[in-house]
Amino acid sequence: MEDIGVLMMCPMAPYLEQELDRRFKLFRFWNFPQKKEFLQENSTSIKAVVGNAHAGADAELIDLLPGLEIVANSGVGLDKIDLEKCREKGIRVSSTPDVLTEDVADLVIGLILATLRRICESDRYVRNGLWKKGAFKLTSKFSGKSVGIIGLGRIGLAIAKRAEAFGCPISYYSRSQKRDSKYRYFPSVVELASNCNILVVACPLTDETHHIINCQVIDALGPKGVLINIGRGPHVDEPELVSALQEGRLGGAGLDVFENEPEVPEKLFGLGNVVLTPHVGPATIETRMAMADLVIGNLESHFLNKPLLTPVV
Amino acid sequence: MENQEVAAKLLPKVLILEPPGVFTAFETEFSQKFECLRAWESPIPTDEFLDAHARSVEAMLVSGFTPITSSVLHRVPSLRCIVTTSVGLDHMDLQECRRREIAVANAGNVFSEDVADLAVALLIDVLRRITAADRFVRGEIWPIKGEYPLGSKLGGKRVGIVGLGSIGLDVAKRLEAFGCILSYNSRKKKPSVPFPFYSNACELAANCEVLVICCALTEETHHMINYEVLSALGKEGVVVNIARGGIIDEKELVRCLVQGDIAGAGLDVFENEPEVPRELFGLANVVLSPHRAVFTEESFRDAFELILGNFEAFFSNKPLLSPVMDV
Repeated sequence: MEDIGVLMMCPMAPYLEQELDRRFKLFRFWNFPQKKEFLQENSTSIKAVVGNAHAGADAELIDLLPGLEIVANSGVGLDKIDLEKCREKGIRVSSTPDVLTEDVADLVIGLILATLRRICESDRYVRNGLWKKGAFKLTSKFSGKSVGIIGLGRIGLAIAKRAEAFGCPISYYSRSQKRDSKYRYFPSVVELASNCNILVVACPLTDETHHIINCQVIDALGPKGVLINIGRGPHVDEPELVSALQEGRLGGAGLDVFENEPEVPEKLFGLGNVVLTPHVGPATIETRMAMADLVIGNLESHFLNKPLLTPVV
Repeated sequence: MENQEVAAKLLPKVLILEPPGVFTAFETEFSQKFECLRAWESPIPTDEFLDAHARSVEAMLVSGFTPITSSVLHRVPSLRCIVTTSVGLDHMDLQECRRREIAVANAGNVFSEDVADLAVALLIDVLRRITAADRFVRGEIWPIKGEYPLGSKLGGKRVGIVGLGSIGLDVAKRLEAFGCILSYNSRKKKPSVPFPFYSNACELAANCEVLVICCALTEETHHMINYEVLSALGKEGVVVNIARGGIIDEKELVRCLVQGDIAGAGLDVFENEPEVPRELFGLANVVLSPHRAVFTEESFRDAFELILGNFEAFFSNKPLLSPVMDV
């Protein structure tokens, strides 16, 4: 398969890059300043695209690559891939479900705890020598608080399972009610937000879910409510979120994703009730390796005319 | 006016040497039910205050930070009941209390969930580098450096819990949901517990990647987590301490962290609070918390209710709600 051209859209885990390089003719998109020219020159040899949360295969790219057969995504968020166009053109799409579910759910709980219990702020307090001057303030308990989850897929369910171990009642919103779920369903995000202490965004980004966290939802969550976003930045109306946090209309937020990564609104930096992580949902050594193996596995399966391991399209 | 003063004087007396945080938070409510002898507010030295005012006092409220030594007890000869706002009892001369037939009540299980929550919070933070990542973002380094160093997955990690009381069990229950593999060490094996028991901390450490310290500080457990235990835990090992600083040989822990002999630590307690070894401040694989495991608004309310309940029980000759040793 060494002459099969694979286009890697942006730097990802070094292990993945190495393995792609070993097996295929790897093109690193970020190394070509003249992107259009590069694509035109290699349009027939590039048969696969490897994308992730930051860059995938939009309509423009697909049009410039007539030889494209498969888009193998590292991650489960597919908002950077024009799925409709792929379907039209018979281009296969794969992702990396299951292997990253636990890490993302673990991070959600980590963000909830860090936000409610002010872990980052109190670590700063100690490192700045303030503990010698006085005790840190009271924080907010997690166990027993109600957790509302937007999107009850694999990740949503894993979050629920963990939160239940803390005695948290679980409720959810999704496009349709899940018949065999034991959790309480709310038919709208505003209603969900009105009825929980901690709201977690765990659904895919689509046209419908763009800015699903808006002013009304934030107000419904309220001054003691906490928002956790491990979905996509555009799930949240970011300027609205920032002003709500500054004004105390929202109690706190744990954010792993932002509308314009790696840019993060500066106004958040001064807030002690906010925890900010740089899109590290599945970013562990173990999981990155498993994701890479699955990307490679899907590519190899395709080029060996076998069924894809984890197909989306 | 006179009736109120008379009523106040009819309230049972409770001696307080230094005000616990829980007391301060709910002082008004507490003062409506008990006459508080506020030793710390008096201009005269404590010893003299006790001699002058505490001869007939039967009940005392203490925090975990006020040492209750035999000499203190000697000055309150009528004392029959001490309620401590802490779970830990290492600040009290329990033997002397027993000798004097003083009943002791502590915070029972009121704080267990909060302490367990903090233990899990610190563990996730260390493994997933949350606090360090938050610094990375706030320092506006993300646009410059791009990728953040990878963390380590929680699921599948072998976690050893040192001390399986109500806090240890609460920690276990939570970590099971993350797919951690649990084992424990405690003074005695617990037959109802389904996961493996190790009879000493060293053996436990040799079979785990994570140690969570949840036991009481006693003479036996002082510096129990020492060089041997940390070596046994190894280079990938993480230590979380939400119990007492004295259980770990702090100098040794710091040395191991600085030299990379263990992978990280989440610490809420230290040997000499509020002093924290400066060498830790430069380490990104360490998360530091200022002894806040129990300090949530919700727990403070629950603790207050328990303290009230204990004193009300004592003064109406009923059993204490959360007794430590019965008289």
